[in-house]
Amino acid sequence: MNKSKEQLLNKRYKAEQRFRLYGLGAIFMALLFLTIFIFKIFSTGYSAFQKTWLIVPVTFDAELMMLEQNPSNEDLQDADYYDIALKSMADLDPNANEDQENELKRMVSYFFEKEIKNELLNNPGLIGKTKEVYLTASDDLDQVFKGNYPRDLPEDQRRVSDYQLKIFDQLVAKGKVESKFNISFFTYADSREPELAGIASSFMGSIFSILVCLMIAFPVAVLAAIYLEEFAPKNRFTDFIEVNINNLAAVPSIVFGLLGLGVLLAIFHLPRSTPLVGGITLSLMTLPTIIIAARASLKAVPPSIREAALAMGASRMQTTMHHTVPLSMPGTLSGTIIGLAQALGETAPLILIGMVAFVNTIPGSPMDPAASLPVQIYIWAESAERGFVEKVSACIMVLLGFLIIMNLFAQIIRHKFEKKWS
Amino acid sequence: MNLILFTFIVLLGFTSYYFGRKKAYTIQSSNKRLTALPQFYGYYLAIWCAIPAFIIFSLWAIFEPTIVKLLVLSDYSNQGYLDDELNLIYEKTKSLSRGQFTGEITPFIEASAEKYLSLRSIAQSSKAVIVLSIIIASVAYAYKRISSNSRTREPVEKFLNAVLFTASLAAILTTVGIVFSLIFQTIDFFKVIPLFDFVFGTHWYPAKAFVRDSSEALDPSMYSDTFGAVPIFAGTFFIAFIAMCVAIPIGLMSGIYLAEYASSKVRQYAKPLIEILAGIPTVVYGFFAALTVGPFLKELGTSMGLEVSAESALAAGGVMGIMIIPFISSLSDDVITSVPQSLRDGSYAMGATKSETIKRVIFPAALPGIVGSILLGVSRAIGETMIVVMASGLAANLTLNPLESTSTITAQIVVILIGDQAFGDPKTQAAFALGMSLFLVTLCLNIVALRVVKKYREKYE
Repeated sequence: MNKSKEQLLNKRYKAEQRFRLYGLGAIFMALLFLTIFIFKIFSTGYSAFQKTWLIVPVTFDAELMMLEQNPSNEDLQDADYYDIALKSMADLDPNANEDQENELKRMVSYFFEKEIKNELLNNPGLIGKTKEVYLTASDDLDQVFKGNYPRDLPEDQRRVSDYQLKIFDQLVAKGKVESKFNISFFTYADSREPELAGIASSFMGSIFSILVCLMIAFPVAVLAAIYLEEFAPKNRFTDFIEVNINNLAAVPSIVFGLLGLGVLLAIFHLPRSTPLVGGITLSLMTLPTIIIAARASLKAVPPSIREAALAMGASRMQTTMHHTVPLSMPGTLSGTIIGLAQALGETAPLILIGMVAFVNTIPGSPMDPAASLPVQIYIWAESAERGFVEKVSACIMVLLGFLIIMNLFAQIIRHKFEKKWS
Repeated sequence: MNLILFTFIVLLGFTSYYFGRKKAYTIQSSNKRLTALPQFYGYYLAIWCAIPAFIIFSLWAIFEPTIVKLLVLSDYSNQGYLDDELNLIYEKTKSLSRGQFTGEITPFIEASAEKYLSLRSIAQSSKAVIVLSIIIASVAYAYKRISSNSRTREPVEKFLNAVLFTASLAAILTTVGIVFSLIFQTIDFFKVIPLFDFVFGTHWYPAKAFVRDSSEALDPSMYSDTFGAVPIFAGTFFIAFIAMCVAIPIGLMSGIYLAEYASSKVRQYAKPLIEILAGIPTVVYGFFAALTVGPFLKELGTSMGLEVSAESALAAGGVMGIMIIPFISSLSDDVITSVPQSLRDGSYAMGATKSETIKRVIFPAALPGIVGSILLGVSRAIGETMIVVMASGLAANLTLNPLESTSTITAQIVVILIGDQAFGDPKTQAAFALGMSLFLVTLCLNIVALRVVKKYREKYE
């Protein structure tokens, strides 16, 4: 009898242990996913911040460039750089036949002509001389150099030929291949060629959409929150508004995309693919988030503040505008930043309003077509080229960096400026 | 021009604020008692200056293009043009007047372009004149009222109240906008495709709707067997089901652990870390699912002799589940912490262990709230787009095998609407019909979930 009681107790304690372990295991799993996730992104993405350059001797032959004696700056602008560019690539292998010369040319990006031109424009004294110029390597060689490309595949399954690899290895042996920090990733617009693709255009697109979103959503949401929290009579209509706001916060984002397409584009004829439309769509999405945050922080202001102001003879509007709202601002602002961070990561609605169009110029205003960072991730992820994989991860790192900064900022505002009432 | 006028109105508004306040001070200095603080006099004047002007200004901006268009096209009214042709003529006219026209210039269009330009300039100048005279009239009226030291605070506050009220309508307007943008296309869609075929048809193949000559009239029989949404609804719920299979056990158990077992230190670090998962953009999850999880499952399957599609429902659903973990864990954590301590104490006093208390007392007490949080998770899974678009298939298969690829409502909407859309085409309308069903399903889930959670909260608070 006694023994079985002890057994029962042991069993119960074991069950207790097990249950605890399940809980611990669940948390461990969730954190494990997070770790794998971040590790995966960083391990594929860090190499995109390096770019491979081939150092090629270029002879600035005035005759080949169709330049006359003592050319002016304009002459240099208009000169023909293609021939010397081609020649300097072909000179890498003096015995190359025509096909091989073509392959040599494809070892660098199609910007090589422009890169040679810039070299001369920066230093016009080079005419007639030979200088080693840094040329962007093609994305396949870039991947080979970073070790991401399996070299042991049969040649017909590779995008780099054996011949290109041979020349490339010779260059590596001579120390004429260099890897430097990839500035162009941050300054170039999108491109079909991975080695020339950058996030500048989508970054500006994101900034513009977020600004438009902020300018619309913040004032409207704060005003709405003030009304609902401070002035609204408690009746069916305000209840309805409240139910509406809570529901809107849970409506799938793609439905807002359909709203943008069906109303903003089809009825108001706003320009397609622009951050303006994107920002308006996102602002409708962020509205409920900010309203809920602003109401919560208005509610947190203790009634004694309002009573004191009213007792001094302030009107209700004055009490609200001079006392309650300023005191609630830290909470509202941090809620706004969190809402904007959500909007910054949103993709689906922007795809529907056409912000997936290929844009290879950097937008200068919210009325220019643009992509946004998450949409850029989607576009690159759907591209077949191997070089885009690391670009996607790098773009994700930039996006996550921004989200982390925004969230930290929200935390700081909340902890630094929010008054603790007690 | 518009911008100049706009800045002008704003500047005038500020100046009238200044003058209003100054007037109040002069009244005060003549030893009369003010009826409100001096700045209210300023606000009063500024509102009277700017608001009527803005109203006229925006009404003008809305109606000017239509009226100009009507006037320009009135030249062509009796020549039997169709509406589309008239629109084309008008577009040509506009681009010619901007100097961007590249086609052949006919004298007709040249004449209309001139007319267009002259109408525009007349409109611009008359707008400026009207807006300015409105400003003068309303400011004069308001200034007179101020001078007689009549009430200014009440009207200003009434106005502010109206502004606040209008802002609070934004949420309703958004909902109305959503329903409005979905419903017309959906009705048009069901005019061509019978509702029955949509809800019970088992073939979804919208690409077929594109293979037709646009000159032919719409023939509904062509679309039978094209827009049967059963495979898509099934795929949506199937992927959501897989996601919940991942999210519910992990999310719920971590919620329970955080609420009942974790020391405050663990809680302080683990909770925000798990919530990071909710902050990661879905496109990033999509990339992860498509590039890492999909191929990994395929390889794993091949090594076990199973045929796994690289775009399997399992990959998309699993990753979606990871995304939903924090929603369920935080909400159930909140719900469990709000169960009153007296229930726990009662159970402990009866000799129950902690896990027995959780399973037999706290869990049943917290159940409505937990169900609410799960429903919100389901609604999120159904509405999730990017993971499915990137990691799951785009062809709608009717299957219950998690290793094959399926498609969802959201993925189909994106597939149909990416790129250029032709409104009025059944394919585009189909996307809106899908959007409508998505909206209705998630709306029902949300309403039920929010109700349940709210009821539960009221019970213990």
